[in-house]
Amino acid sequence: MKIELDGHTYEIEKSMEVSRLLKQFSLSRETHLVIVNDRLVTEDYRLGRDDRVKLIRVVSGG
Amino acid sequence: MKCRVCGQDAHISLRSYNTALCSQDFISFLEKRVFDTIQKYNLIGNNDTPIVAVSGGKDSLSVWHILNKLGYKADGVYVDLGIGEYSQESLAKIKKTAEGLQRKFFVFPIRKIFEKGIDEIAKVMRRVPCSACGMIKRYAINKVCMDNGYNVLITGHNLDDEAAALLGNLLYWKEEYLWKKSPFLDGHEGHLSRKVKPLFLCSEREMAAYALISGIDYIHDECPFSINAKSLTYKNILNNLEETSPGTKLQFIKGYLKTIKGIEEKKRDISYCTTCGYPCYGGTCSMCRLLHRFHIKDRIGFEEWGSNLDITQKMMT
Repeated sequence: MKIELDGHTYEIEKSMEVSRLLKQFSLSRETHLVIVNDRLVTEDYRLGRDDRVKLIRVVSGG
Repeated sequence: MKCRVCGQDAHISLRSYNTALCSQDFISFLEKRVFDTIQKYNLIGNNDTPIVAVSGGKDSLSVWHILNKLGYKADGVYVDLGIGEYSQESLAKIKKTAEGLQRKFFVFPIRKIFEKGIDEIAKVMRRVPCSACGMIKRYAINKVCMDNGYNVLITGHNLDDEAAALLGNLLYWKEEYLWKKSPFLDGHEGHLSRKVKPLFLCSEREMAAYALISGIDYIHDECPFSINAKSLTYKNILNNLEETSPGTKLQFIKGYLKTIKGIEEKKRDISYCTTCGYPCYGGTCSMCRLLHRFHIKDRIGFEEWGSNLDITQKMMT
């Protein structure tokens, strides 16, 4: 599956749950939303090999 | 996870509410919370003329979208800080939202007025960019309100913004600010508009989800000058707490609101700027001093963009 994060693209072969993916990238579910094939998904969603995944940072400051 | 309302697949889990919702039910849930906040704290009345301070980010564009959807017809005001592509992209997102909502908005173009961007102005003022930005934004947005009859200024401050600011004020015991966090700040008739925060109880994560689901095209990039902002450090601390104890931020802010009910704010004698009438604690306000420093006498003005995205009026005062 293709993972987009902060303008970079990563490729991951292994199928896994969204919560596991967040852990792999050391991200918190409080600070990032996960979009799979243009739809928002919950942490228990099982990602497939052909999924297009976007990790969206939600925190802004200033 | 399944949606607690309809039983279909959930698209967002809301651990602080111990629930999960599908996109459609989440939109209804969030809009209801905003509406309830407006009603509970009397943020906007039937006879008010509201305007939203927009930045191009998820919170301000979403609150603009929600208010108009709920029937509060609000225009927008944007302070263009003159930060290259970042400001241009922000303006493009605001234009797109304004067109969708069929509302007009005002622009205060800092680079056109000062012939410098906010970073260069901050250097002249010997302040950090965020401090100069805050001062100019507060002034310019209020001026739009005063000159055009908007008596309620709406900002997109969310639960995380408020919790981070409160934590910062507590850590350093900034008593002058500590008791001022509220969903509303009273105005001064003829001088200062009333400020309200309808997203006070909506988290940053919820607002991002709302914007994404609703198709609101917002700027994802951070302001280049906010990268090392303390507020981001406080937000990270609070989000770490939230990760292990869901609902912490909400309890922090709700507890605060209960606590301030019995506390009387220390009132300072306020006067008004002898040049422009803006509230200040000296004879001349910071903005008038800045304009004087830049030898600007009559170039402070706003662009007014119609909902059809033409500049309809260029107001110079």
